[in-house]
Amino acid sequence: MIRAVMVISTQGKPRLLKFYEFQPPEKQQEIVRYVYGALSERPENVSNFVDADSVFGQGTRLVYKHMATLYIVFAFDSSENELAMLDLIQVFVQTLDKCFKNVCELDVIFNFNKLHTILDEMILGGQVIETNSDQILKHVDDIARIEKSSSTTSLVPKSISARFGR
Amino acid sequence: MASPPPLPSSTSVLSSASSLADSLFQRSLDDLIKSVRSDPSSEPSIIARSLSEIRREIRSSDPLTKSIALQKLTYLSSLHFHSMSFAAFHTLELLPSPSPQTKRLAYLAASLSFHPSTTELLPLATHQLHKDLTSLSTSSSSSSFPFLPSLPLHLLSLASSADLSSHLAPDLVPLLSRSSPLQPKAVAATYRVLSLCPSTVPVLFKPLVDCLSSDNPLTVSAAVGAFCELSAPPNDPAPYLPLAPEIYRVLVNSRSNWTLIKALKIFSRLVPLEPRLGTRIVEPLSKFLRESQAKSLVLECIKTVVSCLPTHTEAMRLAIDKIKELLSSDDDPNLRYLGLQTLGMLAPGHLWALEESREVVAQSLTDPDRSICHEALRVMMAMTLQENSIESCTLLVRQAAKSDPEFANEILDSVLTSCSKDFYELVVDFDWYVSLLGEMARIVHCTKGDEISRQLVDIGLRVRDARPELVRVARELLIDPSLLGNHFLYNVLSAAAWISGEYVEFSKDPMELVEALLQPRTSLLPTSARAVYIQSVLKVLTFSCNSHIDESSSLVNDTVIARMLSLIEMTVGPLAESEEAEVEDRVRNLLGVVRLVANIKDLSGDKDKDGMIYEVVRVMDALFSDEMGPVSANAQKKVSVPEDLDLKDNLADLSEFISDNDAAMSRSNPSILFYPQSCNASEEVEVGPTSVAESTSLKEHRKRHGLYYLSTDKETTEPELTEDYPRVNETLPLSNGDTTRRVKVTKLRPTVVKLDEGEDLATSSSLSTKVEAMKDDPLSGAIKDVLLGKKGNGASSSFDASSSSQGKGKDKVKGKEIKSKKGEEGESKDRHKGRRKHKHRKEPAPPVSVAQETPVIQDFLL
Repeated sequence: MIRAVMVISTQGKPRLLKFYEFQPPEKQQEIVRYVYGALSERPENVSNFVDADSVFGQGTRLVYKHMATLYIVFAFDSSENELAMLDLIQVFVQTLDKCFKNVCELDVIFNFNKLHTILDEMILGGQVIETNSDQILKHVDDIARIEKSSSTTSLVPKSISARFGR
Repeated sequence: MASPPPLPSSTSVLSSASSLADSLFQRSLDDLIKSVRSDPSSEPSIIARSLSEIRREIRSSDPLTKSIALQKLTYLSSLHFHSMSFAAFHTLELLPSPSPQTKRLAYLAASLSFHPSTTELLPLATHQLHKDLTSLSTSSSSSSFPFLPSLPLHLLSLASSADLSSHLAPDLVPLLSRSSPLQPKAVAATYRVLSLCPSTVPVLFKPLVDCLSSDNPLTVSAAVGAFCELSAPPNDPAPYLPLAPEIYRVLVNSRSNWTLIKALKIFSRLVPLEPRLGTRIVEPLSKFLRESQAKSLVLECIKTVVSCLPTHTEAMRLAIDKIKELLSSDDDPNLRYLGLQTLGMLAPGHLWALEESREVVAQSLTDPDRSICHEALRVMMAMTLQENSIESCTLLVRQAAKSDPEFANEILDSVLTSCSKDFYELVVDFDWYVSLLGEMARIVHCTKGDEISRQLVDIGLRVRDARPELVRVARELLIDPSLLGNHFLYNVLSAAAWISGEYVEFSKDPMELVEALLQPRTSLLPTSARAVYIQSVLKVLTFSCNSHIDESSSLVNDTVIARMLSLIEMTVGPLAESEEAEVEDRVRNLLGVVRLVANIKDLSGDKDKDGMIYEVVRVMDALFSDEMGPVSANAQKKVSVPEDLDLKDNLADLSEFISDNDAAMSRSNPSILFYPQSCNASEEVEVGPTSVAESTSLKEHRKRHGLYYLSTDKETTEPELTEDYPRVNETLPLSNGDTTRRVKVTKLRPTVVKLDEGEDLATSSSLSTKVEAMKDDPLSGAIKDVLLGKKGNGASSSFDASSSSQGKGKDKVKGKEIKSKKGEEGESKDRHKGRRKHKHRKEPAPPVSVAQETPVIQDFLL
């Protein structure tokens, strides 16, 4: 299964973390620090796989993609295929790209909830449920539309604050 | 769960000024992120302030204020690692919110922060989860929010407890049905529920199996994935053997590489249990290997063939060709990495294939990519045999000298580990290995001093023929002053000093040795190492005097002895006041001998063979000439405790036996760090009989309790009589069992003394406990019950409780099984035969039911 999905900036700041096996916050911080340490010392143009036995247990590995100022990292165990995981990162990146029209770090920073929604349409409990970025995007858009239509009718304070905002 | 607080109408907002102020002036998540980013230096204080705001806002009666607070808190918890356990109740309060947005926020917060181990309130969520899971069938909200049940599915798969799982399992069944739009998600969640709570198997397993034959490819993919996880180690894959036909169908029909990969993974676990499956899948596998364009699928095929179809030559050849293709993809480091990984899987069965790629592997050791270096090292070690160990290890050590510190030590570690495995099985030429050890110690970044020193001493003790070379290597280490500054090497130097002293008879030049052992920079050594150095000087001195008297060595003459004595006196003398007890003790011993020898020399003048010097030197030499052998880690255990001995008895009453002399003796007990037991044991053996000052009371005690002392027979302490090597071990009363000491004698290799292998025992016992644990795995037990255990097999009561529709469905799945079983029912003889056969073929103890499965596969598939 997939043990974790992490998006970490090249400065070492976590931008998105999802652990599919419970980790308390302190442990999460430790993992991020370790993963960032392992990735930041790797040169360009090397393979995308790193052993992760010491953090996620025997036989686990990290696969990552370095895009601009972000590392996108999946941790997985022996029940997943290495190249398939690499493809999955590609799907994730594609989806983000389509969703935010050329995704950049700021998009990731300011769309905490949306990122989780996208990820949740792709992976559930460490199991891949959808690998087609168009389908993922369609589901995410549907959800956004429904939430939008219901929020305008029911949330009075929001409309007040919106008026103040103008 | 409390019903949601009423939504604030405009009047209620106005009536509650604080609530209005909260919602008007509340900072949103974006505001929070912006303020943190605007001033990174004061991030902690901004976050602390926000957290106190959140603590206030989250208690607000206004759901919007509350939800924004929760959103901010979730963010801070997830990306800034602040605990949000204080908000567990507020999260629960928001789960029932009618606003889809708020509901999603609440579920996200819950799935990121809840866990049965830390969230005591988790059971309170049961009702709400149930409501949301079943919302599609209760029509009212389904039109407005068709994705609603996926939220609780996420929560279930991330933060569920066994209790929660068993309560909600029935709600998953409709979601697993054909018509459900959330079928794939429900399948993924079902896997987590099943593995958390095996008692849900009767309810969920059958619908999950049905999903394997779903029309929706995503559902099939998720279902195959779920079975892949369920059969993954450490789980026992045996219960899933009856599903082989279903999975095979998926393997042949599916178009999705994802699904095929997972199906192959399942087969790679099932084939070892039922080799006949191999002949069945080898054909589609070869087709994929030949035709597929998807690298991931090809990779999985290679792995499956290599790991479980080694006897299918044709497929094997294809796979090896593909591995070579991967290895030669110069432009893609990922493929080279995976190529090395799969190449390593070929050992030990197809070493020729590894050997063919030796050059590529050796080259990969210098790759800029650490992951590739790792794999290359692993492959290199996998293909190292007795025949090529010299070549491989020399290459590796040379590589280590050129690598960065971390990788260098990894290389050294693997070389040290694999060469010392099974009593240096890989090593044919110990002279070579010993000098390699010396070479390793000299590598600049070497931090493996502890292990190197252990092996040096160990080889000294075990391999008689290696000693001359050991002494030579030790000398080279000792005379190099630059090594004394490296604290990683202190143990190595200490071992070298011990070897030089212990096997001084192989030394070419004792004087040089003494000079090396007493060089000024030895002051940098820690106490423990210095003590060994000084003790070794004593041994060298004794040996030199002895060979001087015997005139056995041309290197030792009067002048040499005189120089040696004065050098020792000059350099060691000041240390007599050392504050370290270990050092002081040895120094005083040494100085005592030096002065004694010097005095007698003055007195006697010439070499009088009957004179005192002869006596003294002989006695001293006898002290050290006794050979030490390795001591088994289990030696102590073999001494059975006599019935009348009370080990817990207070030893205070022994004090009357212990005179001052004994006390002094026990204080001066040398403790050489790298081999404490053997040193202590043999030194005591020798000191005992030669010590003139042994107290009578001790003698008495020895006589009465002789059993507990190591034997002190004069005969055995005489070196020329100790032919039966090793001696130390044999002195233990009950450890002379011929069964335990295995001396492997080969023509080429020198003898390596082996004692019993305590470690082997330990690993085999842990293995058997693991097997035990596997058998007791409740999940596989439950699944076996459902899949196999119908008639008279004492199927678990939980199965009986399951609904009748499942029984019917199961019959459908296993229709042919029943047919095939009919013929066998009652023919217990046949079944026994089958079982026996199975046991012969299979490794550890598959449970009884496995034997019954065999015909299932047979009929279905073969």
